[in-house]
Amino acid sequence: MTSLGVIRFSPLSPFSGGEGRVRGRSVAIRAPWNRGSSPQPSPAQKRERGLAQRFIGVTAFVLAGFAALAPAQAIEIQRVVSPGGIEAWLVEEHSNPIMAISFSFVGGAALDPVGQEGRARMTSALLDEGAGDLDSQAFQGELDRLSIQLGFGASDDDLSGNVTTLTKTRARAVELLQLALTEPRFDAEPVERVRGQLQVRLSRKASDPNSVAYDTLDQLVFAGHPYGRPSEGTPESVGALTADDLRAFVLQRLALDTLKIGVVGDITPAELGPLLDQVFGGLPKTSPPVAVTEIVPQGAGVVTVVQKPVTQSVIFVAQPGPKRDDPDFYAAAVVNYVLGGGSFSSRLYEEVREKRGLAYSVWSDLRAYDHAGLWYAGAGTQNARAAETLDIIRAEWTRLAQEGPTDEEVASAITYLTGSFALRLTSSEGIANLLVAIQRADLGIDYVDQRASYYASLTAEEVRRVAKAWLDPAKLAVVVVGQPDGLASSGQ
Amino acid sequence: MRLFQPVLASLLLGLALLRPAVAEVFDAQSFTLPNGLTVVVVENHRAPVVTQMLWYRVGAADEVSGKSGLAHFLEHLLFKGTETAAAGEFSAMVAANGGTENAFTSRDYTGYWQTVAKDRLEAVMRYEADRMQHIVLTDEVVYPERDVIVEERRQRIDSSPSAQLDEAMMAALFQNHPYGIPIIGWQHEMQALTTADALAFYRKWYGPDNAILVIGGDVTLDEVKPLVETYYGPLVPVGVPAERIRVLEPPPLAARSVTFKSPQVAEPQWYRAYLVPHRKDLTEGDLEALQLLSEILGGSATSRLYKSLVVEQGIATSAGAYDRSDALDYPTFHLSAAPRQGVELATVEAAMQAEVDKLLADGVTEAELRQAKDRLQASAIFARDEPSTGPHVIGAAMAIGETLAHIQSWPERVEAVTVAQVNALLRAILKPERSVTGYLLPQEPS
Repeated sequence: MTSLGVIRFSPLSPFSGGEGRVRGRSVAIRAPWNRGSSPQPSPAQKRERGLAQRFIGVTAFVLAGFAALAPAQAIEIQRVVSPGGIEAWLVEEHSNPIMAISFSFVGGAALDPVGQEGRARMTSALLDEGAGDLDSQAFQGELDRLSIQLGFGASDDDLSGNVTTLTKTRARAVELLQLALTEPRFDAEPVERVRGQLQVRLSRKASDPNSVAYDTLDQLVFAGHPYGRPSEGTPESVGALTADDLRAFVLQRLALDTLKIGVVGDITPAELGPLLDQVFGGLPKTSPPVAVTEIVPQGAGVVTVVQKPVTQSVIFVAQPGPKRDDPDFYAAAVVNYVLGGGSFSSRLYEEVREKRGLAYSVWSDLRAYDHAGLWYAGAGTQNARAAETLDIIRAEWTRLAQEGPTDEEVASAITYLTGSFALRLTSSEGIANLLVAIQRADLGIDYVDQRASYYASLTAEEVRRVAKAWLDPAKLAVVVVGQPDGLASSGQ
Repeated sequence: MRLFQPVLASLLLGLALLRPAVAEVFDAQSFTLPNGLTVVVVENHRAPVVTQMLWYRVGAADEVSGKSGLAHFLEHLLFKGTETAAAGEFSAMVAANGGTENAFTSRDYTGYWQTVAKDRLEAVMRYEADRMQHIVLTDEVVYPERDVIVEERRQRIDSSPSAQLDEAMMAALFQNHPYGIPIIGWQHEMQALTTADALAFYRKWYGPDNAILVIGGDVTLDEVKPLVETYYGPLVPVGVPAERIRVLEPPPLAARSVTFKSPQVAEPQWYRAYLVPHRKDLTEGDLEALQLLSEILGGSATSRLYKSLVVEQGIATSAGAYDRSDALDYPTFHLSAAPRQGVELATVEAAMQAEVDKLLADGVTEAELRQAKDRLQASAIFARDEPSTGPHVIGAAMAIGETLAHIQSWPERVEAVTVAQVNALLRAILKPERSVTGYLLPQEPS
């Protein structure tokens, strides 16, 4: 799917993330420990939720996402190359008559031209709204009639998709996916309908404290860079996008040279080969290079307060973090677990929630983009105690940088990060997404087997070195949304 | 983390749809301990992983008047340690083994779960059994946690206008029954909850005879049984009533409406909730008919409401329907819609009402029903894809009194629903006097 395996549901409320499974795109089943929004699973809102989930997923990369499969429990990944030369990674699983295909093309919202912000996002929302001879209702009608789950999404760095189908409807599912990728229609009705939905969503986001905090932080730390522009667009840009703009994105980006594919389920390598050619064989071989520059997150020492008439302040802080290919990445993952990644056991959890009851959610995460790394944290607390909560976050940041985690903390973090992986590898779509993520990050087909050793070989000294090298309270950019007592914007 | 409250109808939809089919697909077996604990084992050998879920037949609707939020508060407090386990020790053990855990409170049940590697089942079982009857609560841990649940309320409800409206609508829909009180609680009552309140609730409701233990994953009944007997066997029954009887709703006489205006609302939305007759007054197949009605009206991008309002008329960005059929007492049925920018809310409301009127006049069609049935049946196969789904679905159903046999016959009951049955049901439910209409509106500048 997006950057890497997405484990936690939301940076806004990671407390919904303990469900022990990789979350995919809109899944039919929702366990009650998953956080839902209020009312209504109408299709439009499902779509919106799908978008939201994807959006959040992008932001919520947690290293635990790549959490390791204990070697004894490794899944068997096969490299399948089609007669036409298209590669996919496959995990066969014949116990249930289901197959999931996930895929990703490099190039997402960061490539939206200036004035066309939201292009990748809107494109992804329209790929399943009519293709080939089928208009939107006919296309969706086929999906409904056959219970095929098909969807697309866009992150800053990629455009991705997934189809999950029963074995008995696989042939048709594959045809529909092929049509969506190669002959999307972008008819006027669905274009206007989705435009309307995106505009309403933008409008709602503008009054939602969490969304405002997130977007404000994004603009602050990635000022002047494509990552800092609104990936969902602005009312103006979404209003101006045309079907031709969307077609141009499809023609430019959906190509074989950056395509990564993961397949899980009731299919053999011999069956998969021809299927890959059928679905993807019609795509162009190459795409233009992605011209997104590297960026180190900005905003050190800046505090931005956005006034909103709510009783709880949303606090976000962020500083530069390691990219996925940084040699310090695994050690940073351990540090983050100690800081705020561990659900019930992190230092932020202990100090902010457990001891003082200041917040229901408090957390930290690493977020790896293709061209940047971000280390960020957040909490929601009553306005009167927002300043106190921010002070505690800063103090814990400082303490961890100076002293580093204890030997004990390092050991338990590593046990968690290595042990939790297999527990999350349970749904077909989740595993397929993971296969794509491993390929996108170029971690190697043996990654699932090797991952535990990357953590196990870390020493406490090494982890403390990384804590000291990376964590720096002076580099924190701060955003607070609400009516926080005793906090004002500064440093701009 | 620990708490969640499925106030959220949306997720209950999925549950309702999938609930029963899974049991059949999943080959569930059950037995009962002499102390009354019901145990269900749901085998799934896809991964060497086990989920333990312990369900208590007690939820927010069992709180006494004036103590709203207590069931959920107690759920938080079950993480604060026991006579033999320090606060946080259980969670630390789960995390140290790479496991995940959480807990949740609904109107009718409270649940705790962990997912761990299969060889850790015994360890989590020991801790879970321990905290069924041996928690230790002191003011030092209780009162900071009370602040946490108030923050949770601020986050979940007070920061979300649609959640605030939902709270007001439910309070209006239920004129007497406790489903009208939010699971999280009213803030003034939450802030007055005490250690003694929590302990009294705990001692009354938490016992093996009021619980269902569901073990799902890479285990067999024979492996599980001795562990269950060892750890849960010694627990003492608390003698809870076999049947939970709550107060009843009076016959609804008046159509109600609720308007919530907030500066936090950027886009207006329209909602309607209908009170479905008490579960005991429904006939066999009615709940399945309700689920099929939701599917026909709002299940997909080609279902009635979306197709009409969003695609064909182009006046709305969303339009849908869902049910909350997993209630011990009163199910509810819901409609919602949001206008496209530039369209009046009244226009959307009129269009939704026109769909309701059409439905009342003409009913659903055979073709619509057939496709909805196919989709529900397919959902059972998709449900099997995620091993934790089975335990969840079975536990939720049994916690509101369904038997395993009843759960297993769900696919047949869905198949048996007729057009006439759906139409009779919808005509019994979709009456103005059974409804509350909710308007979510931007606050006009003063």
